Amino acid sequence: MSVAETPKPRETGFRFERWAPLILLIGAFAIYVIVALATDQAQYLTFDNLIAILGRSIALGITAIGQTFVILVASIDLSVASLISATAVLASVVMDGSTAMILPAVLAAIALGGLVGLCNGVMVSSLNVNPLIATLGMSLIIQGCLSAFVSNFAGSVPESFQIFAYGEIGPFPLALLFLTGLAVLAWAVLRFTKFGSDIYAVGGNEEAARFAGIKTGRIVILSHVICSVCASIAGLYLASRLRSGAPWIGSDGVYDLESIAVVVIGGTVLAGGRGGIWGTMAGMLIFSLIDSVFNIAGVDSFAKQVLRGIIIIAAVAFYAIRSKRIVA
Amino acid sequence: MTGKDDTPGRRKGMRLPQINPVWILLAALVVAIIFMNPRFVEPTGYMNFLKRAAPLAILAAGQVYVIVSGGFDLSVGSIITLVVVGSSMLTNNDPTATYWVIPLMLGIGLGAGAVNGLIVCFLRVPSLIATLGMMITLNGLAFLWSGGAPRGYLPDTFRFFGRELIRDVPLVRFIPISVIVLVVVVGLLAWLMHRTNLGRHVHAIGDNPLAARLAGVHVNRVRITAFMISGLSAAIAGILLGGFAGVSTDVGTGYELQAITAAVLGGAQLLGGRGSVPAALGGALALTAIFTLLNVLGLPQPVRQVVQGLILIAAVALAMHRRKLTGT
Repeated sequence: MSVAETPKPRETGFRFERWAPLILLIGAFAIYVIVALATDQAQYLTFDNLIAILGRSIALGITAIGQTFVILVASIDLSVASLISATAVLASVVMDGSTAMILPAVLAAIALGGLVGLCNGVMVSSLNVNPLIATLGMSLIIQGCLSAFVSNFAGSVPESFQIFAYGEIGPFPLALLFLTGLAVLAWAVLRFTKFGSDIYAVGGNEEAARFAGIKTGRIVILSHVICSVCASIAGLYLASRLRSGAPWIGSDGVYDLESIAVVVIGGTVLAGGRGGIWGTMAGMLIFSLIDSVFNIAGVDSFAKQVLRGIIIIAAVAFYAIRSKRIVA
Repeated sequence: MTGKDDTPGRRKGMRLPQINPVWILLAALVVAIIFMNPRFVEPTGYMNFLKRAAPLAILAAGQVYVIVSGGFDLSVGSIITLVVVGSSMLTNNDPTATYWVIPLMLGIGLGAGAVNGLIVCFLRVPSLIATLGMMITLNGLAFLWSGGAPRGYLPDTFRFFGRELIRDVPLVRFIPISVIVLVVVVGLLAWLMHRTNLGRHVHAIGDNPLAARLAGVHVNRVRITAFMISGLSAAIAGILLGGFAGVSTDVGTGYELQAITAAVLGGAQLLGGRGSVPAALGGALALTAIFTLLNVLGLPQPVRQVVQGLILIAAVALAMHRRKLTGT
């Protein structure tokens, strides 16, 4: 509120925001270990089991990586869930059990993702439609089109494509390695490329970024394309895992809201411009650890939902409570 | 749309009075419905239409408060579910229980809204996440309370508001109680928003919270009030819906998005500062009219979704376009 006479030395000392995701993650892990020991189920502490926990949240992780990009440019994408369903169905219908059609199916799914992302981005940046509304409308459109054609499992995925979800390299599942690779790639893009720093600039202050000569519209559109392509990869993964595409897998997994929650728990600010991929990955781990804690402790599935809602709010409050700005 | 007439030469001359486009849309839709189904002009036709629109209109009127104050309320759908499920559990087929259950339910709505507001104001969690968490929590509570499968009926005394009619009214033959509730609630909310200081404060904190605070507005108090009004309107909508829909755990699903859509159709500006209760009523009626029209045309559910998505995007894009032309 007051005009600072001298710029504060910001880089020195302990920066809470930077370490908060790690603190939350360590906390979640500690709770997991304590619950596993307290209920006398030490078998849940093995390496294999930890890998299995991670394996359950791969689709969420892939989606959340994309979501990080749009949230960093102060946008948001609610259409990922229905896009996941659409690409899963599209891919499995195109493949229809034949190995030869894998490549066309993957290309078609990614093209669909790119197209949806392009539409979202153009609506947000050129037509100035509020991103929440634009992507929500897009989500309704995709889901409507999808359920007009498909109402049950459609198509089938050939054995050779199921490797994506079930294959293993050494002790690690292939999909987990893929997720790690994607995260590293996303981190490198955000950290080392001009596009990455443009994203932070646009998210921090769009007007300032425009005056600085950044083509802000292009950055927003490209972020949306990245987000939607990530969602379509998640759709491909789910098709491979379920061996067929179903028009409800996206909305059943609540990937739209959960991916946003994961990103925000990972410390990326909804207003844009601050945050990063590793926070999102930490958020994903926190989510899957919490889920496993509930499973180990045998919490009733409805009570689980109640606790989940409270945890999302509490985790975000953990960062936000220290901020001085007025939120709405 | 009036932008082209705003050339300097014509500005002084004849100028159409400013009509919110939602009323034109509503009129066009009503004409289309009458054209398709002439019986709509009879009291049974339009009264049933109003009756069906009542919960959404009340919800939208409450949602406008939160939107104008700069936030979102995604929890209203789950409040509806909780109210319907909770009342069926509490009344337990006892007609006399209605008299304490209804005030209790209104209290639950107010309470949920107050918690939303407190989380946003004091834990500084963005309202999108706060009310999302609340939505997940309350849905879980509704499941937990009913054990997943709600049973029983609501007694007729409870269903009075949603189902009963006042017969032998001159001119229109009958008036559903829910339409009277609609008129009273929306009238009250419109008065509160457009004729009192509270309404001006809500607009002020949505437009510029900092300026509002410096001007002496109790930002937190006003924001919490806005969320409480939204919660209360959700509880009222829940009581109406309990009257004419059955008891299930997904009665409220999707209502939060429809309420936001209705408010936006009525010209409410997301992220605050602009919006009107009567226009939100118009938006809710228009949305219901669209659904009615699609029903009359015999189009299936998926098409409804697609159309809702397209309208949502088009309404906001048009509003942004108009704003750009008028330079505000």
